Amino acid sequence: MATHAGGLTKDHAPRPVEAETAPEGRDGSRQGLDPGAPAPGVPDAPPAVRAGRLVRRFGDRVVLKEIDLALAAGEFTALLGRSGSGKSTLLRAVAGLDHDVEGSGELLVPERVSLSFQDSRLLPWLRVLDNVTLGLRGPGAHERGLTALAEVGLAGRERSWPHELSGGEQQRAALARALVRDPELLLADEPFGALDALTRIKMHDLLRELYERHRPAVLLVTHDVDEAVELADRVLVLDEGEISVDLAIDLPTPRNRRDPRFQQYRDALLAALGVHSAPPAPEPRPEDHPHAARV
Amino acid sequence: MSDALTDVRTRVPAGVPAPPREPADTKPPAARKPAAATPATAPVSRSGLRRRRRLGPGRSVPLGRLLGPALVVALWWAASAAGYLDPRILSGPGAVVSTAVELIADGRLQGNVLVSLQRAGLGLLLGVASGVLLAVVAGLSRTGEYLVDGPLQIKRAIPSLAMLPLLILWLGIGEQMKITVIALGVAVIVYINTYASLTGIDSRHVELAEVLELGRWQFLRKVVLPGSLPGFFVGLRLGVTSSWLGLIVVEQVNATSGIGYMMFQAQQYAQSDVIIVGLVAYGTFGFASDALVRAVERRALSWRRTLAG
Repeated sequence: MATHAGGLTKDHAPRPVEAETAPEGRDGSRQGLDPGAPAPGVPDAPPAVRAGRLVRRFGDRVVLKEIDLALAAGEFTALLGRSGSGKSTLLRAVAGLDHDVEGSGELLVPERVSLSFQDSRLLPWLRVLDNVTLGLRGPGAHERGLTALAEVGLAGRERSWPHELSGGEQQRAALARALVRDPELLLADEPFGALDALTRIKMHDLLRELYERHRPAVLLVTHDVDEAVELADRVLVLDEGEISVDLAIDLPTPRNRRDPRFQQYRDALLAALGVHSAPPAPEPRPEDHPHAARV
Repeated sequence: MSDALTDVRTRVPAGVPAPPREPADTKPPAARKPAAATPATAPVSRSGLRRRRRLGPGRSVPLGRLLGPALVVALWWAASAAGYLDPRILSGPGAVVSTAVELIADGRLQGNVLVSLQRAGLGLLLGVASGVLLAVVAGLSRTGEYLVDGPLQIKRAIPSLAMLPLLILWLGIGEQMKITVIALGVAVIVYINTYASLTGIDSRHVELAEVLELGRWQFLRKVVLPGSLPGFFVGLRLGVTSSWLGLIVVEQVNATSGIGYMMFQAQQYAQSDVIIVGLVAYGTFGFASDALVRAVERRALSWRRTLAG
């Protein structure tokens, strides 16, 4: 693993555009604008992922335009973007799943990488425990699987078939399968996208809890701005193949969505995504529309 | 007002306020009284107890499936007892049963059945093994696909029985030829179905295997083989049927033993009872082997039992 990631992006990389609509009075907290900078709270940690001038194209369409990116070890990053912005392409490139995609650039990833998908992707013909320990080598795989299942609250369901689990339970089993490998990097491709709202809230808490305990670097691809601000310590916005925003979220966890600072981050990111949100006021008054005025 | 209350009771579940009723109801209140007393049985009532007309076939009766075969046997019995059937054309059920008992007593039936079972079983085994092997080779590598799939799709268009003359020319008329004919038919059927199921394995499962860094062998064992099992069993069931069919044909070619041989001997002497015993033996083994495969299939695919019922 190279340790000189900081120097990679500073000279020639296009600096990401800062969010124009960032709330006032928080400038001190806006760290991580340079992709090579260490994450808040993880000083001088060697990067877990380093991408240099990463290009991916499908035919004539360039989906990733010379992306420069460094994720620090143990850093929780969310990757936002409209559909078609290239966020899944970036994730699949980091996961090494882009077999037939043309591209160039430099990419360093750790040895142990786990990926969790939007669907739980449990093999229907394997029982839950066998799904979790699938591909696990070495002695103690069975015990590690049991521990991982207990950690996600599925103790006692080891012998169940996947179809006997609810959608949320399936996704938790998938999370256990990702974590049992003790990953240095956890990639998640909209893992909660298919869940209902109540289950999603529980899964957010669980993911954050597991992250605090195991501390892998996390790259969470999502299109849900609230989810990104609630979970991540750093949010990237990908726009037409380029990282347009790199925003550090400096809020204590667990985060309260009604916190005004939460709202400020949220609005800034929404604006960066081209969505101008109305103020969350109980009585919206058109003449007093601070966010709209600022944007 | 009492009209409205009646309707509340019969139409709307508790807790749901009734919509105000139109006063333009022409029926006199007296005519509605009985309906109010027994709302559930009122003929025009739309209460929750009214069932929709059933369009499906309804519930099944235990052993109901045996009714049709039993009726055929009964008709056969009646026709032969009434003297409508010439025993040289078709013996009665009684004669068939006593012939079967005789054949068992002198050991001819068991001996011939055993020889036939051996041929069918060996052919099936070789056919299934080579069919699966070819399907895995063709399904997992492009080279294998290009080399194997084409010839087998062409072979599929030529019935194995059409190759009989050539196989006799090559292998003679012995057991080798008989087993090869059966195995060829089975292999193609098993290959076609297993290969189709194997190439239909969800690419997301393949992607998962890549993410989990499964080795070739683990990928084969945990993803490919279980994933192609449903198609394999379809092929196996058809293959079992095909092995019986092949058996019947090859036992007509200079055989000196087997159920088919026994039947053709009987044809020479116009013993329709022996022929029927042979047919019943074929039918019994065909049915039993299919039931066996289905039982194995249910066990092996128990992970999707709730789906298949």
